[in-house]
Amino acid sequence: MAAITFLEAIKQAMFEEMAADPSVVLIGEDVGVYGGAFKTSEGLLEKFGWERVIDTPISESAIIGAACGMSYLGLRPIAEMQFIDFIVCAFNQITNFVAKGHYLWNAPAPMVIRGPSGGGVHGGPFHSANPEMYFVHTPGLKVVYPSTPYDAKGLLKASIRDNNPVLFFEHKFLYRRIKEEIPVGDYTVPLGKAAVRREGKHLTILSYAAMMHTSLEAADALAKEGIEAEVIDLRTLLPLDEETILQSVKKTNKCLVVHEDTRTGGIAGEITALLCEKAFQELDGPVLRVTSLDSPVPYAPTLEEAFLPNAQKVFATAKELARY
Amino acid sequence: MPAKESRRKAKLSRQQYLDLYYNMRLNREVEETMTRLFRQNKIVGGLYSSLGQEAISVGTAYALEKRDWMAPMIRNIGALLVKGVPPRDIFTQHMAKYTSPTKGRDGTSHFGDLENLHIVSPISMLGDLIPVMAGVAIGGRYLGQKIVTMTWIGDGGSSTGVFHEGLNFAASQKAPFVLILENNQWAYSTPVQRQVPLDNLADRAKAYGIASYIVDGNDVVEVYTTTKEAVERARAGEGPILIEAKTFRRRGHAQHDPAEYIPKEQREFWEKRDPIALYEAFLLKEKLLDAKGKKEMEEKQASLLEKEREFAENSPMPPQETVHGGVYCSGDDCHKIRPKWERPIAEVMPPRSSVVPVWTVEGFGQGKSSADKHAPIHFGDVRPEREKQAPKGRTVQKSDKKPAAKSAKKGGR
Repeated sequence: MAAITFLEAIKQAMFEEMAADPSVVLIGEDVGVYGGAFKTSEGLLEKFGWERVIDTPISESAIIGAACGMSYLGLRPIAEMQFIDFIVCAFNQITNFVAKGHYLWNAPAPMVIRGPSGGGVHGGPFHSANPEMYFVHTPGLKVVYPSTPYDAKGLLKASIRDNNPVLFFEHKFLYRRIKEEIPVGDYTVPLGKAAVRREGKHLTILSYAAMMHTSLEAADALAKEGIEAEVIDLRTLLPLDEETILQSVKKTNKCLVVHEDTRTGGIAGEITALLCEKAFQELDGPVLRVTSLDSPVPYAPTLEEAFLPNAQKVFATAKELARY
Repeated sequence: MPAKESRRKAKLSRQQYLDLYYNMRLNREVEETMTRLFRQNKIVGGLYSSLGQEAISVGTAYALEKRDWMAPMIRNIGALLVKGVPPRDIFTQHMAKYTSPTKGRDGTSHFGDLENLHIVSPISMLGDLIPVMAGVAIGGRYLGQKIVTMTWIGDGGSSTGVFHEGLNFAASQKAPFVLILENNQWAYSTPVQRQVPLDNLADRAKAYGIASYIVDGNDVVEVYTTTKEAVERARAGEGPILIEAKTFRRRGHAQHDPAEYIPKEQREFWEKRDPIALYEAFLLKEKLLDAKGKKEMEEKQASLLEKEREFAENSPMPPQETVHGGVYCSGDDCHKIRPKWERPIAEVMPPRSSVVPVWTVEGFGQGKSSADKHAPIHFGDVRPEREKQAPKGRTVQKSDKKPAAKSAKKGGR
C-alpha cells in the first residue's frame, strides 16, 4: 500500500495496461517525448517506444479517427485530449462515427478517450470545461468521471479493457490535490456502478468528480446539525447506475444532485426525470440541484468562485431540502 | 478515342482485363436495377448514382489485395463489388430489409465488414474516413500485417477540415494509405471551380509533402495501373499517396435532383466519354473480348441480378422489436476482439520497445529551404558533423547502443 495522487493513478493504469497487453497504445498531442501536458504519460515512451506512444499534430479529429481505425484491428488505443475542452473539435468523429458503429454495422470500437477536465484552477473558459453531457446524450458511448485515485486507476483499466468507446474524464483539480492508498497490483473498478461514499438516512446527495469531495465536506457540516446525508459517487454517468440511485432515494426520500457542469441539461435533470418516473411515490420533497451557473467558465478567481458550486452552497440547499 | 500510352504500356493478363470489364458492367447494372426499384418506390431513402464513374470505383479497388482495407464512399458501389460484396447486400441495404448487412439499421453503402472483407462503413459526414483509414494503416503496420488502406473523397469533401487533419496525420506517420480524390466536378450543385481555387486537386498533396497522381477517371486501365503502383509504393513504406481521378457526375446529387444546373455542353462532352463504352471498344479492338463473350457476360449478370433482386424484394422489413439492442458491445459473447499479430510481440514490449525519448527527427530542416544560407536550422536539427552526439534537450535515459536519430526513425516517422 502506498499513497498516490490521482495523476499517478492514471499513469499507473496506463503503464500497467500497456505492459500487460501489447494491443494498448497511446495517441495524442505531446504525450510522447514531453510526457503529456500534465505529465500523465511521463516515462511511457521510454518504455514502450514510438509505435505505442504516438505524438500527433494538433488534430483532434485525426487523433480520434486514427484511434478508431486502430481499434478496428483489435487494438485498444487510448486517445488523449490535452485538455478535455478540445474534445469538441472531434465531436463529429466521436458522436457520428465512433459511437454509432456498433449499433449500425456491428463494428466495436474498443478505445478510450481521456483528458483533464473541470474548473477551479483558473483555467478560463477554454481550459475548464465539463463537456460530459454532450456525450451522455450519445448512445453508444460510455462516460466515466471518477473522483478518487483508487477509482481513477481501476476505472481506467476497466475502460481500456471494455469493448466500447469510453470517454474518461479526469478532473484536473484533483490531479495533485488528493492522495489515496491503493493496493499494489492489478485491480479494476466496474463501469456503470456508483459507490456509496457516506451512509445517511435524511437525504441523498448524488455527485461525481471534484464535487463529490465538496458534497462530502457539506455532509460533514450537515452532520453537525443532525442531518445525515447519504453521499453517492456516480462514477459512471453513462450508463447510469439507476439501481444504486433508486435504492438510496427510496431510503432517504429526498434527493439533491450536485455537479460542476452547468445547470441546464446537466445530469441533474436526467436524474430528476428518473426519480419522477421510478420513485415519485417515495419522494418527500422536490429534487434539488446545486450546479455551476449557466454561463461559460469565467477566468477571474472571484468570478470563477461565484460560478462554481461549493460546500456552503451544497450545505444551504441540503438544509432547505431537509425541511420537507 | 485513340489508345492511350497507359493502355499500350499496361501489361495486364486477359483475365485482369476481363475482370475490370465484368465489374464495371456489374456496377452499372446493379445501379440500373436500383434506379428501377427507386421508381417503383421500393428504395426507402435516397439513391446516389455513380453513372460514368464506374472506372474509378472498380479500377482503384481492383488494385487492392484481399488483406488490404478499404472504406468506400456513397458512390463506390463498384469498389464494394470488387472487394466481394454480393449485389443482394447492396439491394437489401437500399431497401432497408432485415436481411441487409445492417439489418435495416442504415441504408445505401453504409455498411462494412471488419472480419472478412476488411471494409469500413462510411458515414454521411465527408472526410471522416481519412483519419480512420490512416489509423487502420498505422495499426496494421504496428501489427506487422503489411496492409495498405484506401478510401475515397470527392472534390466537395476535399474541403472539409478533417480531410486536412487526416491526410496531414497520415503523412506525418508515413502511413501506408492511398486516398482517391474523385473529382466529378460537382459538389451537389456547386461546381468545383467555385469550391477550390486550384486547377488540379492533386496539388493538395504538396501541402502534405506526399506523392500524387492525376488520372483520367474514365479510363479504367489507367486508373488501375496507377493505383496499383501507388498501392505498392505505399506498401513499400513511401507514405500516403493521393490520386486525383478526373471524371464527371452524370446524374444529380441523388435521384431527386435533375441537375438542371449542369451545362448541356459539359454533359454532352462527358457522355461521349462513357468509361464502359470506351473500354468495351478497346477490348473488342484488342480482341480481348468478342461479341459472344460479351453476350455471355451480359446474360450471366442479368441472371445473377435477377436472383439477387428477387431475394431482396422477398426479404422482410426488420421486425419492430429488433430496434433494441446492439448499442453496446457486450463482450466476448458479442465480439471476441483479438488483434492478428504478424510480427513477434516481443518487438513491441519492453525491453525491446524501449527508446531514448528525443525531439530530434532525422532529416528535419535538412532540406533546401533550411540550408544554412537560406534559413536558420530549426530546433531539433542535427548537423551532419554532430549527428552522433547526444541530443540536447530533455533526455531521460542513456542509450547504450542506439543513436538518437535512429531511435526516432524506428517508429516509421
